[in-house]
Amino acid sequence: MNDFPILTVLWVVPLLGAIGIAFGPRGVIAKQAALVVSLATLVIGVAAAVQFDRDGSGFQLEETHTWIEAFGVHYALGLDGLGLLLVLLTVALVPIVVLAAWNDSPDDECKPWFAWALALEALSLVVFLATDVFLFYVVFEATLIPAYFLIGGFGRAKRSAAALKFLMFQLGGGLVLLGSVIGLYVVSADEGSPSYLFDDLQQLDISTSAGRWLFAGFFIAFAIKAPLFPVHTWLADTTEQATPPTSVLLVCVLDKIGTFGMLRFCLGLFPEASEWATPLVVVLALVSIVYGAFVAIGQDDILRLIGLTSLSHFGFITLGIFVFTNQGANGSILYMVNHGVATAALFLVAGFVIRRRGTTLISRMGGLEKVTPVAAGLFLVAALATAGLPGLSQFVSEILVLISAFDYRWYVGAIAVTGIVLAAIYALWAYQKMFTGPKDAALDAEVSAGGEGVVDLGRRELAVLAPLMLALVLFGFYPAPLLDVANPFSEQLLEHTGVHDDGPRVPAEAAHDGQSEDH
Amino acid sequence: MDFSKPTIEYAQLWPMLVVFGVACLGVVVEAFVPRERRYLTQAALAVVGLAVALGGSVWVGTDLKELKGAGDAVARGKLAAEGTLAVDGPSVFIWALVLVFAIGGVLLFAERRLEAGVSAFAGQAAALPGTEAEREASTRGLDHTEVYPLLMFAVGGMMLFPTANDLLTMFVALEVLSLPLYLLCGLARRRRLLSQEAALKYFLLGAFSSGFFLYGVALIYGFAGSMQFADINEAVRNDTSNSALLLIGMGMLAVGLLFKVGAVPFQAWTPDVYQGAPTAVTAFMAACTKIAAFGALLRLFYVAFGADRWDWQPMLWIIAILTMLVGSVLAVVQTDMKRMLAYSSVAHTGFLLTGLLGVQAASALGKDEITSLQAVLFYLATYGPATVGTFAIVTLVRDAGGEAPAFSKWAGLGKRSPLAAGAFAFLLLSMAGIPLTGGFVGKWAVFAVALSAGAWPVVIAAIAASVISVFFYVRVILLMFFAEPDRDAGVESAAVTTPSLLTSATIAVCVAATLFLGVIPGPVLDLAGNAGSFIR
Repeated sequence: MNDFPILTVLWVVPLLGAIGIAFGPRGVIAKQAALVVSLATLVIGVAAAVQFDRDGSGFQLEETHTWIEAFGVHYALGLDGLGLLLVLLTVALVPIVVLAAWNDSPDDECKPWFAWALALEALSLVVFLATDVFLFYVVFEATLIPAYFLIGGFGRAKRSAAALKFLMFQLGGGLVLLGSVIGLYVVSADEGSPSYLFDDLQQLDISTSAGRWLFAGFFIAFAIKAPLFPVHTWLADTTEQATPPTSVLLVCVLDKIGTFGMLRFCLGLFPEASEWATPLVVVLALVSIVYGAFVAIGQDDILRLIGLTSLSHFGFITLGIFVFTNQGANGSILYMVNHGVATAALFLVAGFVIRRRGTTLISRMGGLEKVTPVAAGLFLVAALATAGLPGLSQFVSEILVLISAFDYRWYVGAIAVTGIVLAAIYALWAYQKMFTGPKDAALDAEVSAGGEGVVDLGRRELAVLAPLMLALVLFGFYPAPLLDVANPFSEQLLEHTGVHDDGPRVPAEAAHDGQSEDH
Repeated sequence: MDFSKPTIEYAQLWPMLVVFGVACLGVVVEAFVPRERRYLTQAALAVVGLAVALGGSVWVGTDLKELKGAGDAVARGKLAAEGTLAVDGPSVFIWALVLVFAIGGVLLFAERRLEAGVSAFAGQAAALPGTEAEREASTRGLDHTEVYPLLMFAVGGMMLFPTANDLLTMFVALEVLSLPLYLLCGLARRRRLLSQEAALKYFLLGAFSSGFFLYGVALIYGFAGSMQFADINEAVRNDTSNSALLLIGMGMLAVGLLFKVGAVPFQAWTPDVYQGAPTAVTAFMAACTKIAAFGALLRLFYVAFGADRWDWQPMLWIIAILTMLVGSVLAVVQTDMKRMLAYSSVAHTGFLLTGLLGVQAASALGKDEITSLQAVLFYLATYGPATVGTFAIVTLVRDAGGEAPAFSKWAGLGKRSPLAAGAFAFLLLSMAGIPLTGGFVGKWAVFAVALSAGAWPVVIAAIAASVISVFFYVRVILLMFFAEPDRDAGVESAAVTTPSLLTSATIAVCVAATLFLGVIPGPVLDLAGNAGSFIR
């Protein structure tokens, strides 16, 4: 069983599913097939997680084959704690999203959406599994093709412009990254035989200036992907025009690649440059936190609002990564998972409500609480989770990031805290305007007519939201399983970066000793 | 004076001689075979001739003897025809590329289903457009089957061009490949005035650039006292007294060759000629001319002027940066598919030059690092199928007036013909350098060698140009898949005409090759690497 290439199977299954659906028959069978394939992928993902040894170090379940010898490129997959959590997030979200998108388009035209969604899942999984930088880059770029067709093909009127904007930003970042990826090859080839394997690259002796330039390329690409201020402008436009299930795939899975890349590559390959850039990155992260939250408060379009809240959250994640403490890194990894769950719930409930009301404008909803109480309640839970209410999962990760931010510099923590206050404002305000208050005339008319817009969530929609809600509450009270997986990874990473955790629990002498041992 | 018979290395040169022989045979066929049988005879002859030459190239290539080149560089090959030709790894690699895409070109030439039973070439080129004679030629269903021998002569020239080991042979090859192309450009059946204008423009500018080249030859002869690349190389190494003569001569030679590849500031002919020429000719010319001309550029700069790298590298830096930026910026504002592809090919010239200027001494390279020659050869191998394939698809998209290259007519094509639009989109993604296509690996290779040689400003410009070029490629995909045809403006939208097997096979092979080069580039990369360096 040990030689079984489970990681390859993990991404090949959804890819074959996507191809099968694309060339298969039209109609309901396509989405049924998509659901089956995504559930099968979930099972394989869980099987891989079972084989994963939480106390092991480095990459596990590795598969390495030479791909392009002249470039030192390998087809190499492996799983570490960070990768495992994101893989699990991905394989768990996709069936949910498939179910959520069940009735988004007529049966005859739904085929491409499900095919592209599975293709996106397959490629995203390779991104999280790749242990070869070239392979990572290839799939990093390749994920954009399904994403582009998901945005451009489905959604609202201005979606093709949104798709173009999305793709231009992403490919622009991707090409900057290409410069750095090639730079790594040059450095690696100068030292002997070129290799793109992550473990080999970590051994490289990269000169300070070269390291900083290469870091810049990686960081710019990941900042666009995540996104961070000031390269975030594609985000709200995209989530506004795309369908909510597409947005879930983009924001909750695809954008995680940005923060994943910062942890894996920026810190893993260029520790010196990462430290050097920390002041700037922390400033960008803080601006993202505060600015994203402020702009979100001002939105009248619920899908734009949710998109912009993510800007704020990605600011938190980045902040946690670049403060170089164990809690910070753990908090960020946890945050990626929790943000994925909470934002997915928010997008999907909002999508269900929008479908009923026929508008995305917050100001034109109102009073829904009385006619669709279940939807209102679940939206409130998801909104509060986003706002970091204790007892819901995002709180744990937020508090970890904030503690380490205060440790780093007290004022950094103080500014970041305002993000939570602002989050409460946008979350509660949106809830208040959408669901409470008097019913407006249109809603009244529909209630008396008994129209579709006043029916509460159906069984399918509840089935979609139930696992997300469960995860929100479960990881809110009991985050230990996630932390257990994340912790060994963070420890190894920080050990590699050579930055010592000078958190409050470490006595000063011990920290000093630790440093002197290194020299 | 003694006259000794020159020795000709037939064992190495025969693929080229086959091509020239078939070309001459084609002329004979034109004279003696009855009109109704000419089409089949000529097309079959050309395909068989090219296929035999291709097989021969592979055979010659596997049989080349290894020589110890300068330094550690491995070279294999043989000087032939009294040292005027150098049959070495790179030149045989280019032969094979040219022949492969020439076969694609012949298949596109032979396509007759799209125009309802006649080829895309004028019935009678000598008849003035719009006259009785033209109508008569068209009603009689006449066909210019001379295009096949013309293509064969051009291919012969293209094989000679990168093989030439002295300046005179190179000049002769330049003319042999150019003259048939000028003619071919003017032979379109539809939009004949545009086609003839293109031919005239190409001819005048081409002749002008040949003049530059010839003057450069004279100056370099004055500097080195020899036409042979090896002697020029010696002179460059040892003689510093006449550097003005050398620099001016080198510049003039560069003008002649950069014109052929369409580098800025000598790119002005590209859009007009690509647009006016029959699309099948454009496909052939865009791919094969560029491949052959880059072969010649590589040999000229690496062999003859290799020792004077410091003088020509800055010039190429500037030209490469300008070519990439001008090509991609101007492509953005085009509204005609053929013109857009023309400007994109200008941008590709810039990327190729980026690889060309990334040359380093063998000792400066890492053990397994790829060489600039390898990178450029590989890029050419990825550029060919993308170009031939895209132009072949352009021939399919038609309305009542023939081919319809205007953007407005392509709107919504993806819904009407998903297969053709999907193939076109895939080839455009390759040109844009998206991973899992050949174009990506090619781009990676040329950027890597340039960066390794310290040409980071060029690489930054190349990345900027790539971003711009992504925009116009993606816009076309957007147009095909997500735009609705604008019916209010009275624009008739084009549809895909089902071609015969000839064109469909060409497109299928191009798409397959692009995918193959993107997913498993190893074999071709190794082949380009094993070609070794040039011999002197």
